[in-house]
Amino acid sequence: MSEELFHKTVSELSEMLKSKIISSEELTNAFINRTKTLDVKIGAFLSYDEEKTINQAKESDKRRARGLSLGDLDGIVIGVKDIIAEEGQPLTCASRILESYISPYDAGVIKKLKSCGAVLWGRLNLDEFAMGSSTESSAFKTTRNPWNLDYVPGGSGGGSAAAVCSREVPVALGSDTGGSIRQPASLCGIVGLKPSYGLVSRYGLAALASSTDQIGPTGRTIKDVAILLQAIAGHDPRDSTSYQADVPDYIGVFNGKNYPKVIGLPKEYFADGIDKDVSNAVNKAVDFYSKSGFVMKEISLPHSEYAIPVYYIIMTAEASSNLARFDGVRYTRRSKNTNNAMDMYFRSREEGFGAEVKRRILLGTYVLSSGHHNAYYVKAQKVRSKIREDFLRAFEEVDVILSPTSPSTAFPIGEKLDDPISMYLADIYTVSSSLAGLPAISIPCGFSSSGLPIGLQLIGKPFHDADIMLTAKKFEENHDFANRIPNMV
Amino acid sequence: MTFHDVFTPFGIEMNSMEQPIPIDINLVSSLARIELTEEESHKFASQLGNILEYLGQIKKVDVTDVEPMAHAFPIYNVWRDDVPGENFPVNKVLMNAPEKFNDQIIVPKIIE
Repeated sequence: MSEELFHKTVSELSEMLKSKIISSEELTNAFINRTKTLDVKIGAFLSYDEEKTINQAKESDKRRARGLSLGDLDGIVIGVKDIIAEEGQPLTCASRILESYISPYDAGVIKKLKSCGAVLWGRLNLDEFAMGSSTESSAFKTTRNPWNLDYVPGGSGGGSAAAVCSREVPVALGSDTGGSIRQPASLCGIVGLKPSYGLVSRYGLAALASSTDQIGPTGRTIKDVAILLQAIAGHDPRDSTSYQADVPDYIGVFNGKNYPKVIGLPKEYFADGIDKDVSNAVNKAVDFYSKSGFVMKEISLPHSEYAIPVYYIIMTAEASSNLARFDGVRYTRRSKNTNNAMDMYFRSREEGFGAEVKRRILLGTYVLSSGHHNAYYVKAQKVRSKIREDFLRAFEEVDVILSPTSPSTAFPIGEKLDDPISMYLADIYTVSSSLAGLPAISIPCGFSSSGLPIGLQLIGKPFHDADIMLTAKKFEENHDFANRIPNMV
Repeated sequence: MTFHDVFTPFGIEMNSMEQPIPIDINLVSSLARIELTEEESHKFASQLGNILEYLGQIKKVDVTDVEPMAHAFPIYNVWRDDVPGENFPVNKVLMNAPEKFNDQIIVPKIIE
């Protein structure tokens, strides 16, 4: 029995816990053993605390025995990207500069998950400070794609996606600034949701670009992702950009038939130049929706071509400010080679940050510096307004927008490491919705001729996260891509 | 063959990047408070020059009368009631400080 537990979804495990077929300790041990066996090859985990995790599972079992279960997630194992604070646990952001940092408090989402009784297993790998699209910029380890161990899992949340894909955890939390949940989900053949900006608290999330950062769920099914979103969404006074509104019933929507009707296809996203396997799979999904009674409508997002430049100006500008706090004074790492305060700043940062982080801090510093601020940063903020207007105009005619998640399937480890612009282009279909603050989901929609997964992206109106999950569910119900398992798994 | 030989989404002309923007890498690294080795300075100056040339395409967009956008949805001042809450304990605030003494962080001398 227990050797199969790790193949179950959250919904299934939750039912098994409720009917007392299994205990949380039993299922937690199944995932712990799974991780210990498999992660030598995958490299999804940066650290874990087995004793703490087992204790959380035991507490869950005690609650259930007393009839005090806290709901669907009580006793369920969840992985966490190592950029979200859990009290008493490391928070490295995959950076040398935070190598020995221990979180003094729980992030807003962690507090919520604990209040649902979740069992938090392990800290998952990422690109250093979530800067990257392949998880290769992690200072500590390379995470491999379970579908082909010589290929990247995507990034920045490659650890979360690879751990879910290889069944080391049933679901995981990620963070998405320009695609860091969706692109790895696409490359690993799982489901990843970036919620509407403001829906989920950023309190306790180490900041990359505060105006687009959002925490979100990854899992193998849309329902699992909805269950996790339900638990983490909601207003938090400790995040001043947190949206003040009641949280809708994301799980209940699947019982209704209130489907969005019109799906928009941005002509700019279906232009020549996209990988053939990707465009074939996405076009088949378009046919599916069309045959299933949805109205398909061509739309235009005329400023799409500027999304990558706008994103990389705004993100690096915000990141350079956010990462200014790592100056050797407060956060663990201080260079030993210092005679004065200036040495301390310059050398602690030189020693602590990796190449991609330095590159982006320098770029952000440049676009904010005197003489360049208006031409780059302010101009980018204005073009960002135009990008958002494009979406809002399109949403007057359509309910959901469909596109590929990534222009390609997973690429070989090392291929783009020294070619930053080509790495930046991996985010080409995901950054626009981040800039506009829109909810977006990636679901598996096919496989390439070489057996690598392909992702489909659905983008929704602001705070209409349920619309994209419901539309995605229609596809999931009629295809079995989510049930395919990598050979090595 | 590299990625951008294969993919040209939105018709982006990747081969037009032949004139990198010249940048004063020493000034930028001193503003960013990051010491760079000679090798890094050379490499980053050339990479940033190329990236900036690519980012510069936004100059073409007409943004007359367009407001700059800082947030995904309009946010005004966010207030809370002026009620004292629980304080974060000093030992937790300082637990990650590299050097400390008497509930304070030790730093190199900054005033001569």
